[in-house]
Amino acid sequence: MSDTILLGTRKGTVIVERNLSRWQSRPIVHQGIPVCYAARDPRDGTLWAALDHGHWGPKLSRSRDGGASWEDVLSLKYPQGARHIVQYLPTPDFDPHAPVGEPTYKDATVYKIWNIAFGPAAQPGRIYAGTIPGGLFVSDDGGDSWALNRPLWNHESRGGDLFSGEATSETHWGGTPASIDYGVFEPGIHSIVIDPRNPDRIHVAASSAGVLETSDGGKTWVGRNKGMRVDYLPNPDVEWGHDPHFVTACRDQPDHLWQQNHFGIFYSADGAHSWSKVSAPEAGVHFGFPIAVDAQDGRTAWVVPARADSERMAIGGGLFVARTSDGGQSWQSHRKGLPQENAYDIVLRHGLDVAGDCLCFGSTTGNVYLSEDRGESWQCLGNNFPPVYSVRFG
Amino acid sequence: MPGQQFSTGVFRTIWLSAMPAVEMTSHLYRFFPALENREIRVPAGSVAQVLREVDTIAAGFSDYVLDERGALRRHVNISVNNTVVFDRKTLSDFAPDDATVYIFQALSGG
Repeated sequence: MSDTILLGTRKGTVIVERNLSRWQSRPIVHQGIPVCYAARDPRDGTLWAALDHGHWGPKLSRSRDGGASWEDVLSLKYPQGARHIVQYLPTPDFDPHAPVGEPTYKDATVYKIWNIAFGPAAQPGRIYAGTIPGGLFVSDDGGDSWALNRPLWNHESRGGDLFSGEATSETHWGGTPASIDYGVFEPGIHSIVIDPRNPDRIHVAASSAGVLETSDGGKTWVGRNKGMRVDYLPNPDVEWGHDPHFVTACRDQPDHLWQQNHFGIFYSADGAHSWSKVSAPEAGVHFGFPIAVDAQDGRTAWVVPARADSERMAIGGGLFVARTSDGGQSWQSHRKGLPQENAYDIVLRHGLDVAGDCLCFGSTTGNVYLSEDRGESWQCLGNNFPPVYSVRFG
Repeated sequence: MPGQQFSTGVFRTIWLSAMPAVEMTSHLYRFFPALENREIRVPAGSVAQVLREVDTIAAGFSDYVLDERGALRRHVNISVNNTVVFDRKTLSDFAPDDATVYIFQALSGG
């Protein structure tokens, strides 16, 4: 059971703590600054927040005293020579000069530090960060310095090694709408899943590309999208161009991976070698952004469904959480304690977390709900938070 | 240089006043309190050089204003006196001795 929850919100970082039987929020930190992800490193207790300054660029912020004081970490930068093929929104009003045919290149800069993942205890100081425009950064010194994972950046699925010259292939990584605030349409890495049994085995997920896996510590990467479908395409069974919203894995059964995708919920019991669609659209369990999996039982997962996809809010004005305990063959909807009328919440991809029997989620409407019975009933921790981007137990 | 150092001698006063001044939006003082309540004067040079000089007073300052390629961030503006810099990519616009370099937010909403 965890007694601390970190919220990354539109207006700063909120730490919610259990004091005896009550959950109470500390005064907000990073006040007024959007925080797209906040989490605690379980190895040494360091708190991390990914700041999304409107004017001053993305920054990491770190606290080594439990949140009493925070320091900027300014070292996460693209190296000289890092380029990418420019993506354009497929709308004529976004960039009327958008080229067709020949690729346009751009020097890479960080638009958004979208998530942070911590290495295993055996690799103290190892931290990962995923960015828009689609970079995986690695630190081995607790975040003091960072290196871009070049094999993934140079992957043939996105044009090859642009450090060395022209693209050698077409890019299959599409842009994410999450990048449009920065005036661009680029992909982003929002999910980083490290296998506790073998830290050289990592899955990442990128919008809108798909899932990739390395089994050699990041030297080589392969796509892991078999069984995933892009329903709006004439041929939905494509290698790339998938839209995972979030991917996670069971701690004790790491070959059980779960994915809330734009096109449904997908489950893999074989280490992402193949995925099965396990949505239940008739029950409203299909579209959404976050997904959480039990730490011990890889067949148990939770989602917070929403209406797909032009509405992107609670279905029928009622908020619910769906749980499966049989690998997605059946889903149970849990509504106790959640608003069942006039609710317009949407829970973003990092906005749901699980720790033991506790689950917590926060919505862009500023509502935060907690369950202490595996999602069956919920209590409200507050209705007046800023829009919530991330929820992580600390 | 702090304003009070103007009283240390005629020669130094002249030398200081012949260097460009740097002024900025007060929002940046939140992150760099060392820059508040002081006069900032740096050697004449390109705006990029001016920012590097400010970095020596407040480490990390230019990371707030420039991206890792050295280009001006999208929602930031810099002017030399009343002229907004032309070269947003490498900040090569020149700030002469009698200039004031202003760093401020670009308006991006209503």
